[in-house]
Amino acid sequence: MPFTPPPVDDVLAALTDRFGGIESSVFRGQTRVVVPVEQAFETLGFLKDRGFDLLVDVTCVDYLDYRDSPMQMPACGGHRYGLIYLLASTTTNQRLTLRVFVDDPRPTVPSATPLWEAANWLEREVWDLFGVRFEGHPDLRRLVMPEEFTAHPLRKDYPLQGRGERHNFPVITRENS
Amino acid sequence: MAVADGAKLHLPENVVVSRLDELANWCRKNSLWPMPFATACCGIELMATGASKHDLARFGAEVFRFSPRQCDLMIVAGRVVMKMLPVLQRIWLQMHEPKWCISMGACASTGGVFDTYAVVQGIDRFIPVDMYVPGCPPRPEQLIQAIIDLQDKIQREGTITGREFDTASRQARKRALVEIIDPMGLDASRNPVLQRELAANAESFVAGS
Repeated sequence: MPFTPPPVDDVLAALTDRFGGIESSVFRGQTRVVVPVEQAFETLGFLKDRGFDLLVDVTCVDYLDYRDSPMQMPACGGHRYGLIYLLASTTTNQRLTLRVFVDDPRPTVPSATPLWEAANWLEREVWDLFGVRFEGHPDLRRLVMPEEFTAHPLRKDYPLQGRGERHNFPVITRENS
Repeated sequence: MAVADGAKLHLPENVVVSRLDELANWCRKNSLWPMPFATACCGIELMATGASKHDLARFGAEVFRFSPRQCDLMIVAGRVVMKMLPVLQRIWLQMHEPKWCISMGACASTGGVFDTYAVVQGIDRFIPVDMYVPGCPPRPEQLIQAIIDLQDKIQREGTITGREFDTASRQARKRALVEIIDPMGLDASRNPVLQRELAANAESFVAGS
């Protein structure tokens, strides 16, 4: 039996009470809410106080040239970057996906590190690969790519084979080794 | 014992005449100490090659060492990514002469199917390679064949004094290279390349402050 998380109707009701209209949808028993970037941090803090004590993942999707973009939920609504926060409650077992959309030229969201320490490396990874800045992050350095790398390779406008970074090393020959 | 032209030299039984260089090469080729640079599934085949069924010890190459200072044969088994290449180069430079390199498998030799931004498209672009082993991953027999071929190659070259390595200019080039390769790493104060990058991207790196 696949795990089916408990419904989150009470959470959605509380969010609606607190923030007014909240855009939400359900896919295979998993509930997603979309919040504007200005409300993102406040909403995350609110959800944490509501019992979502575990930040499972922070990741991102680049919707540049997405099939039918711009389109309705669950895709991007015309925005380029869709951040995904996967939240879980270790007491009620509820799960909630929070989506925040940001755009060029300076995609920026507030960092979730004040709420969850776990956000530290997750946000560094998103910064590394997508170039989304997390304001208030204590240590926003690259996580997986080399430090001297300058691009954000999971952006859709970055060529799959790179811009020559992989060939940019000193050559060791028999004569100088 | 001088031997006149045309005279026959009679040797006692069990005596072989050879050159000392040949003797040195014979010793070297039969006591290869591999450095297992195993980064992917080829590393599993590499382990199988060393295990009892295929028994690399038959060719004198079973002594895997995890310190480059104790090795003379680097076997690169698996794909090498941008972050790993400086490490690979450093380990290669740390190995003592004479040393050889086997590029094992499609990924180490060409990048294989991983034609992406982070994967080095063949280690021979950046370090010297003596033998390439095709396969994905190669069978242990193929790796053993590469070692046999490498043994032939070793037998054909090299001197007992190692004079082919020992020139002042060669040593100077080597030290200069270490300065460049060196930590490619975390200590920016010793890495001019990294310093330039950091300066160019200062705004990015302090984002959020």
